[in-house]
Amino acid sequence: MGAAARRCWGARVSRLLLLWLAAGYAFLYAPIAYLVVFSFNASRMVTAWDGASLRWYQELATDPTLVDAALLSLRIAAGSATLATLIGTAAGYGLARFGRFRGRGALEAALAAPLVLPEVITGLSLLLLFVMLEQAIGWPRGRGAGTVTLAHASVSVAYVAAVVRARLADAGTTLEQAAMDLYASPARAFALVTLPLMAPALLAGWLLAFTLSMDDLVVASFTSGPGASTLPMVVFSMTRLGTTPEIYALATVIVAVVAGGLALLSLLRLRAR
Amino acid sequence: MVVLAVPWIWLLLFLIAPTVIVAAIALAQPADGVPPFTLGLTLDNLALVLTDPFYRDALGLSLKLAAVSTGICLVIGYPMALAIARAPTRWRDPLLLAVMLPFWSGFLMRLNAWIGLLRDDGLVNALLAWVGIGARHLLYTDTALYLGVVYTYLPFLVLPLYARLARRDPVLEEAAADLGASPLGVFLRVTLPLSLPGVWAGCALVFVPAVGEYVIPELLGGPQAQLVGRVLWGEFFQNRDWPTAAALAIVLLLVLVALPALALQALRRRPARSPA
Amino acid sequence: MTLAITGLGVRYDDMTALADLDLTVAPGELFVLLGGSGSGKTTLLRAIAGFVRPWTGRIVLDGTDLAPLPPHRRPVNTMFQSYALFPHLSVADNVAFGLRRQGLRGAALAARVGEMLALVRLEAMAGRRPHELSGGQQQRVALARSLAPGPRLLLLDEPLSALDRSLRADTRTELMRLQRRLGTSFILVTHDQDEALGMADRIGVMRNGRLAQVGAPDEVYERPADRFVAEFLGAANILVGELAPDGTFRLPDGTLLRTGTTGQAGPRLLALRPERLRLEDGPNRLPGIVVAQEYAGESVTTQVRRPDGSLLRSVQALDRGFGAARLAPGAPVTLGWPPEACIVLPAT
Repeated sequence: MGAAARRCWGARVSRLLLLWLAAGYAFLYAPIAYLVVFSFNASRMVTAWDGASLRWYQELATDPTLVDAALLSLRIAAGSATLATLIGTAAGYGLARFGRFRGRGALEAALAAPLVLPEVITGLSLLLLFVMLEQAIGWPRGRGAGTVTLAHASVSVAYVAAVVRARLADAGTTLEQAAMDLYASPARAFALVTLPLMAPALLAGWLLAFTLSMDDLVVASFTSGPGASTLPMVVFSMTRLGTTPEIYALATVIVAVVAGGLALLSLLRLRAR
Repeated sequence: MVVLAVPWIWLLLFLIAPTVIVAAIALAQPADGVPPFTLGLTLDNLALVLTDPFYRDALGLSLKLAAVSTGICLVIGYPMALAIARAPTRWRDPLLLAVMLPFWSGFLMRLNAWIGLLRDDGLVNALLAWVGIGARHLLYTDTALYLGVVYTYLPFLVLPLYARLARRDPVLEEAAADLGASPLGVFLRVTLPLSLPGVWAGCALVFVPAVGEYVIPELLGGPQAQLVGRVLWGEFFQNRDWPTAAALAIVLLLVLVALPALALQALRRRPARSPA
Repeated sequence: MTLAITGLGVRYDDMTALADLDLTVAPGELFVLLGGSGSGKTTLLRAIAGFVRPWTGRIVLDGTDLAPLPPHRRPVNTMFQSYALFPHLSVADNVAFGLRRQGLRGAALAARVGEMLALVRLEAMAGRRPHELSGGQQQRVALARSLAPGPRLLLLDEPLSALDRSLRADTRTELMRLQRRLGTSFILVTHDQDEALGMADRIGVMRNGRLAQVGAPDEVYERPADRFVAEFLGAANILVGELAPDGTFRLPDGTLLRTGTTGQAGPRLLALRPERLRLEDGPNRLPGIVVAQEYAGESVTTQVRRPDGSLLRSVQALDRGFGAARLAPGAPVTLGWPPEACIVLPAT
C-alpha cells in the first residue's frame, strides 16, 4: 500500500518535471508572444488592445533612423561574422589538429577569455585600444562602422573557434588520412575532405557571430562614433524614452525572420536525410 | 604553423593589448584633454575604486545581483535541463532549440516586452490583481531588474547543464535505486554530483555577464540600481573620467579571476569523508 | 529465500519480451539464465530487480509479492554488466552506498565495508576511484557493492563478459566460492554456455521470452527438451526419422538405429552429440566419407558425409596425439555409438 504510493511518487516526479519544463517555456515565450500580439495593436498603448492594424509596421518601414540603423547593423554583422569566421576557423583548426605545440595552453585561455569577460570590459578595452592606436599610428582614423566591425569580430572569433574545434574533434582524422592514403596531397586533403567536413561548423559559427553582432549594444556603444548608430543603439535610445509598438513591430519582424530561417534550415536538413 | 600565427596576432592585438592598455590607463592621471589622461604610475584610481563607498557599493550590489540571479536561474533551469535530458532522444534537439530560440530574437526586444508587461497598467499587474495578490509597482524596481537578468540569461545556464545531463549514464541511477536509494536520494547522490561540472559552467555563463550588466539595470532597474556596469559607463561617457572607468574594469576583472580560484580552494579544503 | 515467479509477462510497446513465465529459485541456489540476445533473459532480471514493470504475473520472494515495490524497496541487488560504479565516489564509498541507505553509520559501516572489501581482496584499494582500477578490480568492487547490503537474492547481468578470457576462469571460480560461502541465491545471466554449464546448480534456457527448459546442467545437456535446446547448448547432429514403439529409430533410407528409449511411435528427431560418435564400429553404425578434419589441440573434429549428402560431426579426444586419429579426406569411415547416446526429440 505504502510502497505502491511511493512508486506513484516517482511517476509524479517525472510529471512534475515536465510541468516545470512547460512553465519554463511559458516564461521564455510569454514576452515574445506579447510583443507579437501588441505589434498589431491599433493604438499607441502597449497595455490595452484597441483592434488590429498594420499601422506600426508602416511606421517602422518609413522611419529613416530605424531603417538606416538596420542596414548599418546588417553590414557590420556580415563583415564581422566573415572576419571572425576566417580567423576563428584558423584557431579552431590549429587547436583541433596540431596536437601539442608551444603556447597551446595560452592560446586556449586567450580564446576562452572573451566568452567569460563582461561586455563593459570588452567594450572599454577595445575603445581604448582604438584610441591609443589612432594616437600612435593614426589608424583607425576616428571611430564608426569600421571599428565596430573589428570589435565584434574580435569577440566572435572565440565562438567560431569553439564551434569549429568541436566539429573537427568529433570528426577525427581518419577521413583525412584515408584521403592522403588515396594519393591526395595534404592541401588537396584539406580542400576535398577537411573543408567540407567543417562546412556546417563554418556556417554555424558565421550565423552565431552574425547574431552576436546584430544583438550587441554595449561593445558597439563603446567603439562606435558619431553618425554610426547600430540598430540596438537606436532601439536602446528609443526604449529609454519609453517602449513603443513600433519596436514591437521590429521585434516581430526579427522573430519572423529567425523562425523562418530555422524552419528553412530544418527543412534542408530533413531533405538531406 | 602559419595557420596559428594569424589567430595569435589577432588575440595579441585585440585581447592582450587592450587589457594592457586598460591596466595602463587605470594607473594614469586624469587630465583635461583628448584623451583625458596622462600616463603615469599612480594607484590613486584603484585606491579610490576600492575605498570609496559609492564604487564599493556598486561592486557589492553587482555581485549580489549576479549571485542571486544565478541561483534563481539554477533553480528554474536545472529541472528544465533534466527534463530535456530525460525526454526521448528525438525530442531533445527541438526542446533544446526552443530554449535557445529567444536568445536569437534580440535581447533588447525582449526587454521591451518586459517594460510593457511590467508597467503599472501592464498585463502582469492586471494578472496579479486578477488572482487577488493585488497590483503593485514593478517597473524600475529590483524585482524588474532580477526578472530581466534571470529571463535574459536562463538559456545560457540550461545549455551546458543539458549537455552534461544528456551524457549521464542511466545505469548509474538504476544502480543507486537498486542499492536502496529513493528517487530523491538517486538525484541527490548520483545525478546531481555527476552534473556539477555542467552546473559550474552554466553558472559562470550567467554570473559573469550579470556582474558587468549595464543594459538591464538601465532599462528595467530604478535609479537606485547603481551597478558596476552602469557606474563604469557613467564614469566613461558622462564624467569622461577614463582612469576611474579603467580602474573599475581592472577591479572587476580581478574579482572575476579571484572568485573561481577561491571557490576551488574552498572545495579542496573540504575533507573527503571515507567510511574505511 | 525462495523466489517464485508465476505467469510473468512483460511488454515493450507492442513487443512481448516475456510471456507467461514460471520459475522457482531455491535458497542458496546458483541459477543461470542462458539465452541468445533478445531472448528475454536480461528483461527477466530487470523485472525481478524492479526496473521494468510486468504486465501480468507475480514475483514472490519469501511470500512477499515484489511486483508493486520500486527497485529501492526490494531486498534484491543487481550486479550490472557495465558494473555501474559511481565515478565520483571512492571504492569504499561505492561499497558503502547501499549500507548507508540501510541506515548504517560510523564504526559499523566502516567494519562492514572493510569486511566486504576483504571478501574480494581489495582492502588496499579502498581510497581509489573506480577509474583508477583494472577491469578485474572494478568487477570485484561491483560484486562487493551489490553483496554489501546482504541481499536475499543477487542478480548478476553477464558479470564476466567485460573481462579478458584469461581472467574469466579465475573470476568464475571466485564467484562460485563466494556464493557457496555466503549462501546467497544468485541468478546469473549469460550467453556463454561454458559459463552456464560450469557454474550453475540449475540452468534455465530462454527463447523468445519463455523458458525453453529448466534443469541441472547435465540434465539439460544430455536430455534437452527440444531441438533448440539441443543445438543451443553444445553441438548436435540432427537426424530425421520415425520412432517405433520398441525404441527403434528408422531413417528415411531404411537404416534402423537402437535408441534405448521407448515412447509413442511417430516422426521424431534424433540428436547425437559429436563427442559420443566414435570413428569405429558400434551398436549403432552409419557409414560415410571423411570430408575434413579440424584440429583443436586437445581434440579433433571430423566431418563425415553420409551417402545421402548430409554431414555429421564427430569429436575425438586426442589423448594419444593427433597421429593416430588423422584421416585423409575421402577415406571411408564408420561412425558408431551406443543406444544410450541417442537423444530422441519431438519432430518440430
